[in-house]
Amino acid sequence: MKHLLSAGDLSRDEATLILDTAEQLLSVAQRPIKKLPTLRGRTIVNLFFEDSTRTRISFEAAAKRLSADVINFSAKGSSVSKGESLKDTALTLQAMGADAVVIRHHASGAPHRLATSAWTKGAVVNAGDGTHEHPTQALLDAFTMRSHLGDLEGKNVTIVGDVLHSRVARSNALLLDTLGANVTLVAPPTLLPVGVETWPVETSYNLDASLEKADAVMMLRVQRERMNASYFPSAREYSRRYGLDVARMNRLPDHAIVMHPGPMNRGMEIGADVADSDRSVIVEQVTNGVAVRMAVLYLLLGGATEGENA
Amino acid sequence: MSTVIKGARILGDEVADILIEGGVITQIGTDLNGDETVDAEGLIALPGLVDLHTHLREPGREDAETVLTGTQAAARGGFTCVFAMANTEPVADTAGVVEQVWRLGREHGYADVQPIGAVTVGLAGEHLAELGAMADSAAQVRVFSDDGKCVSDAVLMRRALEYVKAFDGVIAQHAQEPRLTEGAQMNEGPLSGELGLTGWPAVAEEAIIARDVLLAEHVGSRLHVCHLSTRGSVEIVRWAKSRGIDVTAEVTPHHLLLDDELVRSYDPIYKVNPPLRSKDDVLAVREGLADGTIDIVATDHAPHPMEDKECEWQAAAFGMIGLETALSIVQQTMVDTGALTWARVAEVMSANPARIGRATTHGRPLAVGEPAHVVLYDPTAKRTIEPADTASLSRNTPYAGRELPGRVVATFLAGKPTVLEGKLQ
Ligand SMILES: [Zn+2]
Repeated sequence: MKHLLSAGDLSRDEATLILDTAEQLLSVAQRPIKKLPTLRGRTIVNLFFEDSTRTRISFEAAAKRLSADVINFSAKGSSVSKGESLKDTALTLQAMGADAVVIRHHASGAPHRLATSAWTKGAVVNAGDGTHEHPTQALLDAFTMRSHLGDLEGKNVTIVGDVLHSRVARSNALLLDTLGANVTLVAPPTLLPVGVETWPVETSYNLDASLEKADAVMMLRVQRERMNASYFPSAREYSRRYGLDVARMNRLPDHAIVMHPGPMNRGMEIGADVADSDRSVIVEQVTNGVAVRMAVLYLLLGGATEGENA
Repeated sequence: MSTVIKGARILGDEVADILIEGGVITQIGTDLNGDETVDAEGLIALPGLVDLHTHLREPGREDAETVLTGTQAAARGGFTCVFAMANTEPVADTAGVVEQVWRLGREHGYADVQPIGAVTVGLAGEHLAELGAMADSAAQVRVFSDDGKCVSDAVLMRRALEYVKAFDGVIAQHAQEPRLTEGAQMNEGPLSGELGLTGWPAVAEEAIIARDVLLAEHVGSRLHVCHLSTRGSVEIVRWAKSRGIDVTAEVTPHHLLLDDELVRSYDPIYKVNPPLRSKDDVLAVREGLADGTIDIVATDHAPHPMEDKECEWQAAAFGMIGLETALSIVQQTMVDTGALTWARVAEVMSANPARIGRATTHGRPLAVGEPAHVVLYDPTAKRTIEPADTASLSRNTPYAGRELPGRVVATFLAGKPTVLEGKLQ
């Protein structure tokens, strides 16, 4: 594995290795000194063309716990506005000797473009691109599910909401399929992508129909702007048909967990009391994010140190 | 001064010599002699090609292409006449701009340039441009198009179709329903969902074509459909023709060969409007061209400097160059597959586009008394496309590194060679 661009690029063995590694690394976070020397002397750039403090901090913490040097490059709001900037920025980072570039970009495929260009030699990690993918989010979700539900083979995961615009849903559908889980995507027809029938998932327009068998329910953030673009009639109607309230939560099996990639619209896709209930693993997802990202960086860069510098 | 082309296969068929005197074909036969001799043994002679859809970028974007470089690329592709699209800066929406472009073409002498006039002022889709003034100008404009944008307002489209009847004009429509294609990045289908790129649905093209053929029927005018790209579009045009509606249609070489799987690379060299479609659509446009539903091949040569392509997909410009590769792509997709004869290639790449655009001295048969616009082509040659090997100022070819069949050996514009031995004269 040279880059992590898509959750679909991971084999079952690779995905499992990342999750197992993350499990070992999670214990580091519990130590008084939260640091391993593994990536000492290596430079990791957080290249964020789109604001996401949560994701950036998570990657930054992961890199620092592995003793890497971290450069944060925020291209948002700076002089960077033309397309050319991706190339120029990459060339600059290359000159600075970046070993890995963690890239977040508003354009789908930008990490792929970076990885397949001659502009950078480092490993490229997709930290979310447009409406395409967010593979480390899918890994941390799988990690969280695994710690509560055990092996994901045969488990039923229901993902609810704006699948069309959700990179989280895409990456989760691909990774969970690889790991043997059954995924059901639930959304109004307007928020399911064209061609979803070719995905390795089931789809449904009806949230209530899939609750009883769900081992995990993942609620996606719904942006209110979608309402103005007529993806659905009103926030109230959306919330009634596709929101997870207490009544719906109570119809889940006892062991089932409730997830959300954040940030939440409380009262829209998820009820406030559901978000704060003991079935909710939303805070855990954040904690696990650091461990999973440590594992990804470690596996992408750790082994190469001796090989290259020997 | 006379030139004799020795031993060419005329339209890929009978072998003969062609004698050119004073810019006109004066004899076709055997054992002809002239002051100059061009050996054409093994080469196919076709009438000079006519491109109804070229972006020359001058005035305004001379960093991407000029009339000179664009017509040089045209000559290297076997074209003797190109229709220059109106989306320049300033827009070709007045007699002044179209005359400027037309004069530049004549001065440079690599191909006749027939400017296309904008349908609406500034391509803004609000007010009709002075179509009559452009028609009456020295450029004698007969084709009008807001290409790059669609004339989406139904009333404006109706009026444009009606108005140009006064001077035998035609409206060439870039069929793209604007609301259905907001933010569109690639063909809408399973792959757009997978790649997370906003889809450009086939219905956004088909709905406009369906509306426009009905409008053309209603007002009894001529409609030309630019670069159609979907199976549904072909079916609508086929239906319209069967109903007697005066509609013509074009397909680009790239829509005959390339499909949307290439977008998987996220390489913006494949970003074009309309987008590369599915494999089934590619088959459908080939069938449509073969059975005459689609009248012509037009390049939609769209030069862009590399900095507009060396970026992420979403930020990249739409378009690819195509003048120098068009004939090779048509050979590969249509002739080598048995779908078209060379005589039919002469129709779809010369006679029909000239007729649609009313370029009266072009698209003529290779016959005595006709203007000597001739291209000599070697269908047995093979070449690997090198982006740097182009007369165009831009390098955005999707065929870099591909091996394509055939090579233009010589092009004559009114008897004067613009290309000989594959080299610009
Ligand atoms: Zn167009």
